[in-house]
Amino acid sequence: METLIFALINGLIYGLLLFMLSSGLTLIFSMMGVLNFAHASFYMLGAYFAYTIGSVTGFWVALFLAPLLAGAAGAAVERWGLRRIHANGHVAELLFTFGLAYIIEEVVKIVWGNLAVPYRIPAELNFSAFELFGSQYPAYRIFMLFISIGMLISLWYLLKRTRIGLIIQAALTHPNMVASLGHNVPRIFMLVFAAGCALAGLAGVIGGNYLVTEPTMALAMGPIVFVVVVVGGMGSLEGAFIASLLIGFLQTFAVSIDISFADIFGFAGLAAGSEIGRITIASLAPVLPFLLLVVMLVVRPTGLLGEREF
Amino acid sequence: MSSRYNLGPTRARKFATRVLPLIALAIALVLIPALGPSRSMYSLMNLVGINIVFALSYNMLLGQTGQLSFGHAVYFGLGGYGAIHAMNWIETAAIDGGFWAAYPVFGVPVIGFAIGVLAGGVIGWPSCRRAGIPFAMISLGVAELIASAGFILVSIFGGEEGVSGDRMNGFPLFGLNLGAISQVYWFIAFWTFVGVAAMFAFTRTPLGRMAQAVRDNAGRVQFVGYDPQHIRYLVFILSGGFAGMAGGMSAVNFEIFTPDSLSLVPSGLVLLMAYIGGARYFAGPILGAALLTYAQSNLSDFAEAWLLYLGLLFITVVLFAPGGLAGIILSVFNGLTRPGARARLVQWAGQLVAGLLAMVGGVIIIEVAVRITKGYGEVYAPFGVAFGPDSALTWICAGAMLCLGLSGLRWFALRGEAQ
Repeated sequence: METLIFALINGLIYGLLLFMLSSGLTLIFSMMGVLNFAHASFYMLGAYFAYTIGSVTGFWVALFLAPLLAGAAGAAVERWGLRRIHANGHVAELLFTFGLAYIIEEVVKIVWGNLAVPYRIPAELNFSAFELFGSQYPAYRIFMLFISIGMLISLWYLLKRTRIGLIIQAALTHPNMVASLGHNVPRIFMLVFAAGCALAGLAGVIGGNYLVTEPTMALAMGPIVFVVVVVGGMGSLEGAFIASLLIGFLQTFAVSIDISFADIFGFAGLAAGSEIGRITIASLAPVLPFLLLVVMLVVRPTGLLGEREF
Repeated sequence: MSSRYNLGPTRARKFATRVLPLIALAIALVLIPALGPSRSMYSLMNLVGINIVFALSYNMLLGQTGQLSFGHAVYFGLGGYGAIHAMNWIETAAIDGGFWAAYPVFGVPVIGFAIGVLAGGVIGWPSCRRAGIPFAMISLGVAELIASAGFILVSIFGGEEGVSGDRMNGFPLFGLNLGAISQVYWFIAFWTFVGVAAMFAFTRTPLGRMAQAVRDNAGRVQFVGYDPQHIRYLVFILSGGFAGMAGGMSAVNFEIFTPDSLSLVPSGLVLLMAYIGGARYFAGPILGAALLTYAQSNLSDFAEAWLLYLGLLFITVVLFAPGGLAGIILSVFNGLTRPGARARLVQWAGQLVAGLLAMVGGVIIIEVAVRITKGYGEVYAPFGVAFGPDSALTWICAGAMLCLGLSGLRWFALRGEAQ
């Protein structure tokens, strides 16, 4: 019971963190058709910016400034990079962001070094929020939960209830019509790209000290975010939300299940000492998102809520 | 059937474009040992040969069929593992006998090819159901899955330390016992030639032609009555096979395979090779593989930020020269032979100077910055000119060179458009 509740809360937090990353990626993808390979690199930049800014001003200023900086970097990339090669097609854009991911990783290594930086949870939040079944639950995770839910509500409100959201939604499906009505569509694209990168940066700010801030963090997170977007259905924000939570729960539950293949398939004669029998569910946790991807492709190639074929 | 007007290429033209390049390649491969290369030169050339086959197999997907894959090293790695296990079976069969006793190590790339075809057939079945960007992401996910499996299934992939073998076993085909590196060269040269010739021949087959049609206009191919998904799948299988063959060559060359060879890093590198060389041309990946392999083994020793340079080169190619190196060479050749060469030459010379200036400025900034972070206290001093990290002059000079070069490039670009 207690493992279940802890796994539920942790899975929810991890899932929401994934959604913070994948929502920006999905928005950018459905609007511009660009799959931003460097999206996780902006997540990394957010964490590093927060570390550097935070060491001068403290965590709370960094919480606001670092995502803004990541967003500004994203806007610059869109303005001077992606816009140039938009005419060359989506594969060229994807390749551009692929090269960008290399460059950002190397620049991060040059500026902050090859090893992890000591980006820590702020002292104000480094206490235990409540006690559950005799274990302390860290307050920082609850803080992450609140930030994520706040982000979720404001994103929903912005897209569905404001005029800007209306224009963005219109630009998703009818960019020419929106341009005819006098809106600067390239600028809307740039703003959405910047906003997506800022969301990734925010995920980096609150995730960087929860996990580890190191130059490989982008490469570790990137493929999982892609899995979320494919499983959810390319370009579907609701699908990305469901898939984020699904993968969040899947991974955290798998980590807490300490049974091996031999326990499950023992009836079929799988010996506990054999190589397959020794594999535990917990050790499979990092692979599960990719397994889910393959299963999803075989069963439903468009993803959970994807309607369009890209 | 003979028609009065033959609109196709003449026999001489066909020979010059389809057979002559392969003969030239064969002659070059045979003549290289006559130059008396050193040991390190031999090992570099062996690596170049492996990467040429690997990059060409990748380009069957990217350049020929228009499928962008981020996980091509999976087939290279699986083929390589198949080959290294085959080498170990040959070793045990030398004592115990059996089928493998008669199988020469020289033929091990065939095993790699078979495993690659098998892997392509199995993995390609679900992943080729989508094309374009979803396919690219699926290839990434599958690559992560296989790479992680590589660390879990120890009996097949050998865990972190991998599986090693010994190439000096079994029956020596062509009198090569593959002991010395110069003997391995003949092995690599043979299979490089076979791979290049086979993949070049593939572009001329009906399937190869249809693959290009699928790349250019899949909807129309479907309208004519072909199934684009099926064509993509078939090319995917063959491409996996040739990648596996390159893996088999690598297995004999290095006598070891580790699960890292299945990961995203080599997959990314082969993408860079094919694209920087020029994915639109058959010879492009050959150029890219040769250049990047050479740069990796020479530059990575003394340039710490070599991956940064690689990324910058790649982005520059994506932004300004989508045809890659092969495209640049071809357009220079065309520009010189067509009328108005003088004006074009002036334009290119100006762009070259401006580009070099920007490059020098950028390199100085990067190298000085690397030395500050690594903190060895070493001063960047190429050709005896010291660039102190603390002196403002360094940053001003390098920054000015970079800005001047970039604005020069922009000026020449605008000038070119005006003309």
